[in-house]
Amino acid sequence: MKAAEFYYERPETLEDVLALLSDDAIPLAGGQSLMPMMNFRMARPEILIDLNRIAGLSGIADEGTDLRIGAMTRYVDLMSSDLIRAHVPLFGLALPHIAHAAIRNRGTIGGSLALADPAAEMPALLLTLGGTICVQSRSGAREIPADAFFLGAYETALEPDELITSVLVPKDRMQVGFHELARRHGDYAMVGVAISLQPQILVAFFSVSDRAERVPDAEAALPDLDAAVSALDAIAFLGDQNADANTKRYLAGVVLRRAVEGMT
Amino acid sequence: MSGTRQITLTVNGDVETRVVPVRQNLVDFLRHNLGLTGSHVGCEHGVCGACTLQVDGTMIRGCLMLAVQADGSEIQTIEAMSGDPLGARLQQAFRTRNALQCGFCTPGMLASALEYVRMGGSADRHAIRDHISGNYCRCTGYQAIVDAIADVVEDAT
Repeated sequence: MKAAEFYYERPETLEDVLALLSDDAIPLAGGQSLMPMMNFRMARPEILIDLNRIAGLSGIADEGTDLRIGAMTRYVDLMSSDLIRAHVPLFGLALPHIAHAAIRNRGTIGGSLALADPAAEMPALLLTLGGTICVQSRSGAREIPADAFFLGAYETALEPDELITSVLVPKDRMQVGFHELARRHGDYAMVGVAISLQPQILVAFFSVSDRAERVPDAEAALPDLDAAVSALDAIAFLGDQNADANTKRYLAGVVLRRAVEGMT
Repeated sequence: MSGTRQITLTVNGDVETRVVPVRQNLVDFLRHNLGLTGSHVGCEHGVCGACTLQVDGTMIRGCLMLAVQADGSEIQTIEAMSGDPLGARLQQAFRTRNALQCGFCTPGMLASALEYVRMGGSADRHAIRDHISGNYCRCTGYQAIVDAIADVVEDAT
Protein backbone atom coordinates (compact mmCIF):
# COMPACT_ATOMS: atom_id res chain seq x y z
CA MET A 1 0.00 0.00 0.00
CA LYS A 2 1.10 3.60 -0.45
CA ALA A 3 1.45 6.34 2.11
CA ALA A 4 -1.32 8.91 2.45
CA GLU A 5 -0.70 12.51 1.46
CA PHE A 6 1.50 14.67 3.65
CA TYR A 7 3.57 17.83 3.51
CA TYR A 8 7.32 17.32 3.35
CA GLU A 9 9.80 19.70 4.92
CA ARG A 10 13.53 19.42 4.52
CA PRO A 11 15.04 21.97 6.91
CA GLU A 12 18.72 22.77 6.89
CA THR A 13 19.30 23.44 10.60
CA LEU A 14 18.29 22.06 13.96
CA GLU A 15 16.64 25.39 14.78
CA ASP A 16 14.43 25.04 11.71
CA VAL A 17 13.44 21.54 12.83
CA LEU A 18 12.55 22.71 16.33
CA ALA A 19 10.45 25.53 14.89
CA LEU A 20 8.41 23.01 12.91
CA LEU A 21 7.82 20.27 15.50
CA SER A 22 4.24 19.92 16.71
CA ASP A 23 1.50 17.32 17.19
CA ASP A 24 1.01 17.25 13.41
CA ALA A 25 4.63 17.59 12.29
CA ILE A 26 6.84 14.65 13.09
CA PRO A 27 10.49 13.90 12.34
CA LEU A 28 11.67 11.44 9.71
CA ALA A 29 14.94 9.86 10.83
CA GLY A 30 16.01 6.59 9.19
CA GLY A 31 12.47 5.88 8.08
CA GLN A 32 12.87 2.14 8.59
CA SER A 33 9.99 2.02 11.08
CA LEU A 34 8.06 5.15 10.18
CA MET A 35 7.85 4.48 6.43
CA PRO A 36 6.39 0.97 6.91
CA MET A 37 3.82 2.47 9.29
CA MET A 38 3.00 5.16 6.74
CA ASN A 39 2.84 2.61 3.91
CA PHE A 40 0.31 0.67 5.99
CA ARG A 41 -1.40 3.98 6.82
CA MET A 42 -1.00 3.19 10.51
CA ALA A 43 0.79 6.54 10.71
CA ARG A 44 -0.65 9.53 8.87
CA PRO A 45 1.34 12.59 9.86
CA GLU A 46 0.28 15.85 8.29
CA ILE A 47 3.85 17.05 8.02
CA LEU A 48 7.05 15.04 7.76
CA ILE A 49 10.26 16.80 8.79
CA ASP A 50 13.25 15.13 7.13
CA LEU A 51 16.22 15.12 9.54
CA ASN A 52 18.65 13.50 7.15
CA ARG A 53 20.37 16.69 6.01
CA ILE A 54 20.81 18.32 9.43
CA ALA A 55 24.48 18.65 10.28
CA GLY A 56 25.71 17.74 13.72
CA LEU A 57 23.10 15.14 14.64
CA SER A 58 25.23 12.07 13.99
CA GLY A 59 28.57 10.84 15.21
CA ILE A 60 30.09 9.24 18.27
CA ALA A 61 32.19 11.26 20.72
CA ASP A 62 34.14 10.16 23.77
CA GLU A 63 33.17 12.39 26.68
CA GLY A 64 35.23 10.68 29.37
CA THR A 65 32.79 8.57 31.36
CA ASP A 66 30.23 8.40 28.56
CA LEU A 67 30.01 8.20 24.82
CA ARG A 68 27.75 10.82 23.28
CA ILE A 69 26.00 9.33 20.26
CA GLY A 70 24.21 11.66 17.86
CA ALA A 71 20.55 10.74 17.43
CA MET A 72 20.89 10.30 13.67
CA THR A 73 23.80 7.85 13.99
CA ARG A 74 22.91 4.81 11.90
CA TYR A 75 23.10 1.25 13.26
CA VAL A 76 25.70 0.34 10.64
CA ASP A 77 27.99 3.09 11.92
CA LEU A 78 27.50 1.99 15.52
CA MET A 79 28.49 -1.52 14.45
CA SER A 80 31.69 -0.40 12.75
CA SER A 81 32.72 2.12 15.40
CA ASP A 82 35.99 1.49 17.24
CA LEU A 83 34.72 3.52 20.21
CA ILE A 84 31.59 1.40 20.49
CA ARG A 85 33.56 -1.82 20.07
CA ALA A 86 35.96 -0.80 22.83
CA HIS A 87 33.52 0.73 25.30
CA VAL A 88 30.00 -0.61 24.67
CA PRO A 89 30.32 -4.35 24.02
CA LEU A 90 26.57 -4.78 24.60
CA PHE A 91 25.92 -3.08 21.26
CA GLY A 92 28.16 -5.61 19.53
CA LEU A 93 26.09 -8.46 20.96
CA ALA A 94 22.72 -6.89 20.21
CA LEU A 95 22.87 -4.83 17.03
CA PRO A 96 23.32 -7.75 14.59
CA HIS A 97 19.88 -8.90 15.73
CA ILE A 98 18.20 -5.70 14.64
CA ALA A 99 16.27 -6.27 11.40
CA HIS A 100 18.53 -6.73 8.35
CA ALA A 101 21.67 -5.19 6.92
CA ALA A 102 19.81 -2.88 4.53
CA ILE A 103 17.64 -1.64 7.39
CA ARG A 104 20.70 -1.06 9.58
CA ASN A 105 22.23 1.06 6.83
CA ARG A 106 19.50 3.66 7.39
CA GLY A 107 17.94 3.07 10.80
CA THR A 108 19.09 5.36 13.61
CA ILE A 109 19.48 5.10 17.36
CA GLY A 110 17.39 8.22 17.95
CA GLY A 111 14.59 7.01 15.71
CA SER A 112 14.32 3.72 17.57
CA LEU A 113 14.25 5.39 20.97
CA ALA A 114 11.69 8.00 19.93
CA LEU A 115 9.37 5.39 18.44
CA ALA A 116 9.61 3.11 21.50
CA ASP A 117 8.29 0.05 19.73
CA PRO A 118 7.68 -2.52 22.50
CA ALA A 119 9.58 -5.11 20.45
CA ALA A 120 12.60 -2.97 19.66
CA GLU A 121 16.04 -3.75 21.06
CA MET A 122 17.48 -0.27 21.52
CA PRO A 123 15.20 0.87 24.37
CA ALA A 124 16.13 -2.24 26.36
CA LEU A 125 19.82 -1.64 25.64
CA LEU A 126 19.56 1.92 26.99
CA LEU A 127 17.81 0.67 30.14
CA THR A 128 20.51 -1.94 30.69
CA LEU A 129 23.30 0.56 30.23
CA GLY A 130 21.71 3.29 32.30
CA GLY A 131 21.79 5.66 29.37
CA THR A 132 20.42 9.18 29.06
CA ILE A 133 18.37 10.64 26.25
CA CYS A 134 19.19 14.27 25.45
CA VAL A 135 16.44 16.30 23.87
CA GLN A 136 15.96 19.83 22.65
CA SER A 137 12.99 22.05 21.94
CA ARG A 138 12.38 25.71 21.16
CA SER A 139 12.34 26.38 24.90
CA GLY A 140 15.56 24.63 25.81
CA ALA A 141 17.22 21.31 26.42
CA ARG A 142 16.83 18.54 28.94
CA GLU A 143 18.27 15.14 29.73
CA ILE A 144 15.95 12.21 30.43
CA PRO A 145 17.28 9.04 32.09
CA ALA A 146 16.31 5.90 30.18
CA ASP A 147 14.40 4.68 33.26
CA ALA A 148 12.05 7.65 32.93
CA PHE A 149 11.77 7.67 29.13
CA PHE A 150 9.73 4.66 28.02
CA LEU A 151 6.16 5.05 29.20
CA GLY A 152 4.14 2.63 27.10
CA ALA A 153 3.60 1.28 23.62
CA TYR A 154 5.01 3.92 21.24
CA GLU A 155 4.83 6.35 24.15
CA THR A 156 7.80 8.21 25.57
CA ALA A 157 8.48 11.19 27.80
CA LEU A 158 9.05 13.34 24.70
CA GLU A 159 6.80 16.37 24.30
CA PRO A 160 5.50 16.95 20.75
CA ASP A 161 7.89 19.86 20.28
CA GLU A 162 10.97 17.96 21.48
CA LEU A 163 13.62 16.23 19.39
CA ILE A 164 16.15 13.68 20.57
CA THR A 165 19.51 15.15 19.59
CA SER A 166 21.91 12.72 21.28
CA VAL A 167 22.18 9.75 23.59
CA LEU A 168 24.67 9.40 26.44
CA VAL A 169 25.87 5.86 27.03
CA PRO A 170 28.11 5.05 30.01
CA LYS A 171 31.38 3.53 28.87
CA ASP A 172 33.03 0.28 29.82
CA ARG A 173 30.15 -1.83 31.05
CA MET A 174 32.12 -4.89 30.05
CA GLN A 175 30.18 -7.73 31.71
CA VAL A 176 27.15 -7.85 29.49
CA GLY A 177 24.83 -10.40 27.94
CA PHE A 178 22.11 -10.41 25.30
CA HIS A 179 19.73 -12.93 23.84
CA GLU A 180 16.65 -12.75 21.69
CA LEU A 181 14.44 -15.34 20.03
CA ALA A 182 12.77 -14.55 16.72
CA ARG A 183 10.85 -16.74 14.30
CA ARG A 184 13.09 -15.78 11.41
CA HIS A 185 16.40 -13.99 11.42
CA GLY A 186 15.72 -10.29 11.56
CA ASP A 187 12.08 -10.59 12.60
CA TYR A 188 10.84 -8.66 15.60
CA ALA A 189 11.72 -10.70 18.67
CA MET A 190 9.30 -13.06 20.32
CA VAL A 191 11.13 -12.02 23.45
CA GLY A 192 14.56 -10.65 24.27
CA VAL A 193 16.75 -9.57 27.15
CA ALA A 194 19.84 -7.48 27.79
CA ILE A 195 21.95 -7.74 30.95
CA SER A 196 24.75 -5.75 32.49
CA LEU A 197 26.46 -6.80 35.73
CA GLN A 198 28.76 -3.88 36.56
CA PRO A 199 28.62 -1.47 38.33
CA GLN A 200 25.20 -2.88 39.27
CA ILE A 201 23.04 -5.67 37.92
CA LEU A 202 20.57 -4.36 35.34
CA VAL A 203 18.26 -6.62 33.36
CA ALA A 204 15.92 -5.28 30.69
CA PHE A 205 13.44 -7.27 28.60
CA PHE A 206 11.85 -6.29 25.31
CA SER A 207 8.93 -7.65 23.33
CA VAL A 208 7.27 -8.81 26.53
CA SER A 209 4.71 -6.11 27.27
CA ASP A 210 3.89 -2.58 26.17
CA ARG A 211 7.46 -1.35 26.60
CA ALA A 212 11.03 -2.36 27.25
CA GLU A 213 11.32 -2.83 30.99
CA ARG A 214 13.75 -3.65 33.71
CA VAL A 215 12.81 -6.30 36.25
CA PRO A 216 14.14 -5.19 39.66
CA ASP A 217 13.09 -8.46 41.32
CA ALA A 218 15.13 -10.45 38.81
CA GLU A 219 18.06 -8.06 39.22
CA ALA A 220 17.96 -8.59 43.00
CA ALA A 221 17.72 -12.37 42.64
CA LEU A 222 20.79 -12.77 40.42
CA PRO A 223 23.18 -14.60 40.49
CA ASP A 224 20.53 -17.18 41.51
CA LEU A 225 19.27 -17.87 38.01
CA ASP A 226 16.30 -20.01 39.06
CA ALA A 227 15.08 -17.31 41.43
CA ALA A 228 15.60 -14.66 38.75
CA VAL A 229 13.53 -16.67 36.26
CA SER A 230 10.75 -17.04 38.86
CA ALA A 231 10.86 -13.29 39.46
CA LEU A 232 9.89 -12.68 35.83
CA ASP A 233 6.26 -13.18 36.91
CA ALA A 234 6.47 -9.48 37.76
CA ILE A 235 6.22 -8.67 34.04
CA ALA A 236 2.69 -8.09 32.75
CA PHE A 237 3.22 -10.16 29.63
CA LEU A 238 1.26 -9.12 26.55
CA GLY A 239 0.93 -11.40 23.53
CA ASP A 240 1.49 -10.14 20.01
CA GLN A 241 1.57 -11.61 16.51
CA ASN A 242 4.85 -13.37 17.27
CA ALA A 243 3.94 -15.13 20.51
CA ASP A 244 1.14 -15.17 23.05
CA ALA A 245 1.62 -14.08 26.65
CA ASN A 246 2.18 -17.60 28.01
CA THR A 247 4.80 -18.35 25.38
CA LYS A 248 6.53 -15.07 26.13
CA ARG A 249 6.51 -15.88 29.83
CA TYR A 250 8.18 -19.20 29.21
CA LEU A 251 10.65 -17.86 26.66
CA ALA A 252 11.59 -14.96 28.94
CA GLY A 253 13.14 -17.50 31.27
CA VAL A 254 14.88 -19.22 28.37
CA VAL A 255 16.47 -16.02 27.04
CA LEU A 256 17.51 -14.93 30.51
CA ARG A 257 19.37 -18.21 31.05
CA ARG A 258 20.99 -18.03 27.61
CA ALA A 259 21.98 -14.39 28.06
CA VAL A 260 23.66 -15.18 31.36
CA GLU A 261 25.44 -18.18 29.84
CA GLY A 262 26.67 -16.10 26.94
CA MET A 263 27.94 -13.18 28.99
CA THR A 264 31.13 -11.38 28.06
CA MET B 1 -2.83 17.96 -0.53
CA SER B 2 0.88 17.42 -0.25
CA GLY B 3 2.11 18.64 -3.56
CA THR B 4 5.17 17.84 -5.50
CA ARG B 5 8.86 18.66 -5.53
CA GLN B 6 11.48 18.83 -8.20
CA ILE B 7 14.40 16.52 -7.65
CA THR B 8 17.66 16.02 -9.50
CA LEU B 9 19.53 12.80 -9.03
CA THR B 10 21.99 10.61 -10.88
CA VAL B 11 20.63 7.19 -11.76
CA ASN B 12 23.04 4.65 -13.24
CA GLY B 13 25.26 7.51 -14.33
CA ASP B 14 22.51 9.59 -15.96
CA VAL B 15 21.41 12.89 -14.41
CA GLU B 16 17.64 12.99 -14.13
CA THR B 17 15.43 15.92 -13.14
CA ARG B 18 11.82 15.22 -12.42
CA VAL B 19 8.87 16.59 -10.49
CA VAL B 20 7.55 13.96 -8.08
CA PRO B 21 4.75 13.65 -5.53
CA VAL B 22 6.37 13.94 -2.11
CA ARG B 23 4.73 10.72 -0.93
CA GLN B 24 6.14 8.65 -3.80
CA ASN B 25 8.79 6.21 -2.67
CA LEU B 26 12.09 5.76 -4.47
CA VAL B 27 11.45 2.35 -5.99
CA ASP B 28 8.10 3.50 -7.41
CA PHE B 29 9.83 6.58 -8.84
CA LEU B 30 12.49 4.46 -10.52
CA ARG B 31 9.94 2.03 -11.90
CA HIS B 32 7.17 4.39 -13.00
CA ASN B 33 8.95 7.68 -13.75
CA LEU B 34 12.19 6.31 -15.17
CA GLY B 35 11.02 2.96 -16.51
CA LEU B 36 13.66 1.09 -14.52
CA THR B 37 11.49 -1.86 -13.64
CA GLY B 38 14.37 -4.13 -12.63
CA SER B 39 13.92 -3.18 -8.97
CA HIS B 40 10.83 -4.91 -7.65
CA VAL B 41 8.16 -4.10 -5.11
CA GLY B 42 7.18 -6.88 -2.72
CA CYS B 43 6.09 -6.20 0.84
CA GLU B 44 6.42 -2.40 0.96
CA HIS B 45 7.53 -2.52 4.57
CA GLY B 46 11.21 -3.32 4.30
CA VAL B 47 11.19 -7.02 5.04
CA CYS B 48 11.33 -8.93 1.75
CA GLY B 49 14.30 -7.17 0.14
CA ALA B 50 12.94 -7.19 -3.43
CA CYS B 51 13.35 -3.41 -3.66
CA THR B 52 16.96 -3.34 -2.45
CA LEU B 53 19.12 -1.00 -4.49
CA GLN B 54 22.11 1.29 -3.94
CA VAL B 55 21.96 4.94 -2.91
CA ASP B 56 25.29 6.75 -2.58
CA GLY B 57 27.08 3.41 -2.51
CA THR B 58 24.96 1.91 0.25
CA MET B 59 22.29 -0.73 -0.15
CA ILE B 60 18.90 0.44 1.06
CA ARG B 61 15.24 -0.47 0.78
CA GLY B 62 13.73 1.48 -2.09
CA CYS B 63 10.27 1.14 -0.55
CA LEU B 64 11.35 2.93 2.62
CA MET B 65 12.98 5.97 1.09
CA LEU B 66 10.97 8.78 -0.45
CA ALA B 67 12.04 9.86 -3.92
CA VAL B 68 12.39 13.42 -2.60
CA GLN B 69 14.95 12.16 -0.10
CA ALA B 70 17.13 10.97 -2.98
CA ASP B 71 17.48 14.49 -4.36
CA GLY B 72 21.17 15.02 -5.07
CA SER B 73 22.06 11.37 -4.64
CA GLU B 74 23.63 8.72 -6.86
CA ILE B 75 21.47 5.68 -7.45
CA GLN B 76 22.61 2.34 -8.83
CA THR B 77 20.02 -0.21 -9.84
CA ILE B 78 20.20 -3.71 -11.31
CA GLU B 79 20.15 -2.16 -14.77
CA ALA B 80 23.70 -0.93 -14.13
CA MET B 81 24.97 -4.06 -12.40
CA SER B 82 26.71 -5.46 -15.49
CA GLY B 83 28.78 -2.30 -15.77
CA ASP B 84 30.39 -2.98 -12.41
CA PRO B 85 33.11 -5.69 -12.67
CA LEU B 86 32.17 -7.22 -9.34
CA GLY B 87 28.48 -6.97 -10.18
CA ALA B 88 29.05 -8.67 -13.52
CA ARG B 89 31.05 -11.39 -11.77
CA LEU B 90 28.15 -11.98 -9.36
CA GLN B 91 25.65 -12.11 -12.23
CA GLN B 92 27.80 -14.69 -13.97
CA ALA B 93 28.08 -16.74 -10.77
CA PHE B 94 24.30 -16.59 -10.28
CA ARG B 95 23.83 -17.97 -13.79
CA THR B 96 26.50 -20.66 -13.38
CA ARG B 97 25.07 -21.80 -10.06
CA ASN B 98 21.40 -21.54 -11.12
CA ALA B 99 20.83 -19.06 -8.32
CA LEU B 100 17.65 -17.65 -9.82
CA GLN B 101 14.39 -19.11 -11.11
CA CYS B 102 11.59 -16.55 -11.38
CA GLY B 103 14.04 -13.71 -10.88
CA PHE B 104 11.82 -11.63 -8.59
CA CYS B 105 14.28 -11.56 -5.68
CA THR B 106 17.35 -11.47 -7.90
CA PRO B 107 17.97 -7.74 -8.33
CA GLY B 108 17.71 -7.18 -4.58
CA MET B 109 19.72 -10.32 -3.90
CA LEU B 110 22.51 -9.11 -6.19
CA ALA B 111 22.53 -5.68 -4.54
CA SER B 112 22.89 -7.39 -1.19
CA ALA B 113 25.57 -9.77 -2.47
CA LEU B 114 27.49 -6.89 -4.00
CA GLU B 115 27.64 -5.09 -0.67
CA TYR B 116 28.72 -8.30 1.05
CA VAL B 117 31.62 -8.92 -1.31
CA ARG B 118 32.66 -5.25 -1.35
CA MET B 119 32.84 -5.11 2.44
CA GLY B 120 35.10 -8.15 2.51
CA GLY B 121 32.58 -10.75 3.61
CA SER B 122 33.96 -14.23 4.08
CA ALA B 123 33.11 -17.42 2.18
CA ASP B 124 31.63 -18.85 5.35
CA ARG B 125 28.12 -19.96 4.40
CA HIS B 126 26.66 -18.91 7.74
CA ALA B 127 28.03 -15.40 7.32
CA ILE B 128 26.66 -15.19 3.77
CA ARG B 129 23.23 -16.36 4.90
CA ASP B 130 23.34 -13.87 7.72
CA HIS B 131 23.90 -11.01 5.29
CA ILE B 132 21.28 -12.07 2.75
CA SER B 133 18.73 -12.90 5.45
CA GLY B 134 16.93 -9.71 4.47
CA ASN B 135 16.31 -10.96 0.92
CA TYR B 136 13.55 -13.49 0.61
CA CYS B 137 13.54 -16.05 -2.22
CA ARG B 138 10.52 -18.27 -2.78
CA CYS B 139 11.97 -20.37 -5.57
CA THR B 140 15.51 -21.55 -5.05
CA GLY B 141 15.77 -22.54 -1.41
CA TYR B 142 18.84 -20.26 -1.14
CA GLN B 143 21.55 -22.97 -1.47
CA ALA B 144 22.47 -21.99 -5.00
CA ILE B 145 22.51 -18.30 -4.07
CA VAL B 146 24.92 -18.99 -1.23
CA ASP B 147 27.01 -21.12 -3.62
CA ALA B 148 27.21 -18.25 -6.11
CA ILE B 149 28.26 -15.68 -3.53
CA ALA B 150 30.79 -18.06 -1.97
CA ASP B 151 32.27 -18.68 -5.44
CA VAL B 152 32.81 -14.96 -5.99
CA VAL B 153 34.32 -14.45 -2.53
CA GLU B 154 36.68 -17.38 -3.05
CA ASP B 155 37.73 -16.11 -6.46
CA ALA B 156 38.42 -12.69 -5.03
CA THR B 157 40.69 -14.02 -2.27
